[in-house]
Amino acid sequence: MSGALGKDLLGLEHLSADQIRLLLDTAEPFKEISERAIKKVPVLRGKTIVNLFFEASTRTRISFEFAEKRLSADTVNVSTSGSSVVKGETLVDTARNLEAMRIDMVVMRHGSSGAAKFLADRIESTVINAGDGKHEHPTQGLLDLLTIRDHRPIAGTKVCIVGDVLHSRVARSNIWGLLKLGAEVAVCGPQSLLPLGIESLGVHVFRRVEEAIAWADVLNVLRLQLERMQAGYIPSLREYYRHFGVTVERLEKAPRDLLILHPGPMNRGVEIDSRVADGPHSVILNQVTNGVAVRMAVLYLLAGGNPELAEAAKGGSDR
Amino acid sequence: MKPIVVRGARVVDPAAGRDEVADVLLQDGVVRAVGRGLGTPEGATVLDAAGLVAAPGLVDLHVHLREPGREDVETIATGARAAVAGGFTSVCAMPNTDPVTDNQAAVGFILGQARRAGFARVYPIGAVSLGQRGEQLAEIGELAAAGAVAVSDDGKSVATAHLMRTALEYARTFAIPVIDHCEDHSLSHGGAMHEGLTSTRLGLKGIPRSAEDVIVARDIALAELTGGHVHFAHVSTAGAVRMIREAKGRGVHVTAEVTPHHFTLTDAACEGYETNAKMNPPLREAPDVAALCAGLADGTIDCIATDHAPHHYDAKEAEFDNAPFGVVGLETALALAITALIEPGVLTLARLVERMASGPASIAHLPGGTLRPGQPADVLVFDPAAAWTVDPARFFSKSRNTPFGGRRLRGLVRWTLVGGVVVHTAGDRPDTSDRSAR
Repeated sequence: MSGALGKDLLGLEHLSADQIRLLLDTAEPFKEISERAIKKVPVLRGKTIVNLFFEASTRTRISFEFAEKRLSADTVNVSTSGSSVVKGETLVDTARNLEAMRIDMVVMRHGSSGAAKFLADRIESTVINAGDGKHEHPTQGLLDLLTIRDHRPIAGTKVCIVGDVLHSRVARSNIWGLLKLGAEVAVCGPQSLLPLGIESLGVHVFRRVEEAIAWADVLNVLRLQLERMQAGYIPSLREYYRHFGVTVERLEKAPRDLLILHPGPMNRGVEIDSRVADGPHSVILNQVTNGVAVRMAVLYLLAGGNPELAEAAKGGSDR
Repeated sequence: MKPIVVRGARVVDPAAGRDEVADVLLQDGVVRAVGRGLGTPEGATVLDAAGLVAAPGLVDLHVHLREPGREDVETIATGARAAVAGGFTSVCAMPNTDPVTDNQAAVGFILGQARRAGFARVYPIGAVSLGQRGEQLAEIGELAAAGAVAVSDDGKSVATAHLMRTALEYARTFAIPVIDHCEDHSLSHGGAMHEGLTSTRLGLKGIPRSAEDVIVARDIALAELTGGHVHFAHVSTAGAVRMIREAKGRGVHVTAEVTPHHFTLTDAACEGYETNAKMNPPLREAPDVAALCAGLADGTIDCIATDHAPHHYDAKEAEFDNAPFGVVGLETALALAITALIEPGVLTLARLVERMASGPASIAHLPGGTLRPGQPADVLVFDPAAAWTVDPARFFSKSRNTPFGGRRLRGLVRWTLVGGVVVHTAGDRPDTSDRSAR
């Protein structure tokens, strides 16, 4: 199983701009499948996919599962509770046991950075990273790119990622993907939540959200996890909202209308004002819709699907 | 015991001011004579060392032999065997075993196991605090009387400034150093590698340089306050080197060691989530490596120590976050030092022997470190030019966790002698048939 992308999708850092464009272009025709009355094509018929989730996830797991089912793959979901992981089995042994059941792909979410690569190096099946620790979440990065591209060309667009960049795999995948496609990228947040040396990746750093809003065309607002307060990274959620919250008042001062993205799940009234989340410039639900199409494209290409035939592939009906 | 003559080697013994081609006569466990054209006593064994270097056996102030507690990854016997394979004739065993070496019986156990094993001399290091819990001082006087040559809570810092102060004051009575692993846990907590661009890219929690530097600063102030001797374990940052240099300049009683991995590798070795590059303190960046080399060259750093830390294959075969810190080092240290320090001209051969033999011996007041007549007949004979490739499967250590597998290095141990007995000869190899190939 290897084609234009190689065996696995572990992150966007090591993909070329052409590979990322190919993924986005391939996602386009797949968007339409989800709009049909019968949302199914036989592209992955006979393929076996395991969704291996070591961390809680609703949106990503369901999105992958829909993508797999709409392409007619056979899927199994494994989550940590009730699995052998809680019985102390190592990741290597879990992987080897899955492999012994002759599967084709593993979609994995794991709390440790590098876990997806660790798995990919040890099994022959395709591994798709559905989020590893604080490292990458490539399909989220791709769906963010697709959503921006639906509204404006990515090259030259100014995108600011706002919030807890330090702990965010979404931020890292966004930075790589956006830079490769020619966007200008910035991050904004309290310095305690920005990783050391982030400027060296080629991004601007804004200390104040007002400056970020004045600069940007697009804001990608990250979720602020409540644990960050207990761990001492910020004093309180109230203060965070006051200084870094993306509010209507702040957006009204912007020189232009901004596109607002959020990877979810949202903390309304913490990192984002409800009136912004539900407002006219929010594309947060478009991101979710695009997520299924992007994941279909990833599955299709990694399964060896011919990019040129993506349009034709969706035409094959399973009726 | 038959006398041994090491014939015709370049004898490098900086503590005796000697660097010349000569013979070394070993008899009754001690160095009897060093000089040109020594005769061969009746029944003596002659080791033809022409073209080779003879030096005092190397001394390692920092090893983890894992016994008692983790005999599956190393024992005192296998660690002592690995030591002599690497040219070390004396090693100091850190107390973070299970149970902790915090009482005289535990010290006696280590000495007994070492005696039964033969090979290298093993000197126990006692704990600073009971159970290394950082609360109550261990019975440092009894530890020293039983044979502990230093105290340390290695694995972590001496927990509080007050405990460090009293340990320094108390240990001074018994003339032993307090060895500190400098790490402010509140800064390093949860960290897996050096905090920098690489940790940002890999999404791993970083350990900042300041986690080490703030404790080094604390300990310098306390050494100054108490007049006690602080020895800094495994220095990894440019800041620590700078502070130690400044403190030494003012006459504060501090000494320091650096590991071969810290003066040869940077955090780039962690790329690909390589768990054999995960150690504590973490591998830093190029300016730190340069500062460590400069510190070795100007004497700010007194010695090279391995921090030999064996771990089971399964433990390192894990997600980076979940893998333990540490690498084995006894069997690669000399060759790494020759390749990374002598060849580029950071150190001369004499300086290297100082940093690996006489320097560490004097820090812990150990016998040896020189070939002056009357000293223990602990001798290393090596070929500084011979190249070899590191093959972890052929280590004498029970563990294989090294980031240097496959590296081509210069400097091959030909013979190691302890107490006038040849305990290692090049070409000796462990029987690997009953071991995992990994």
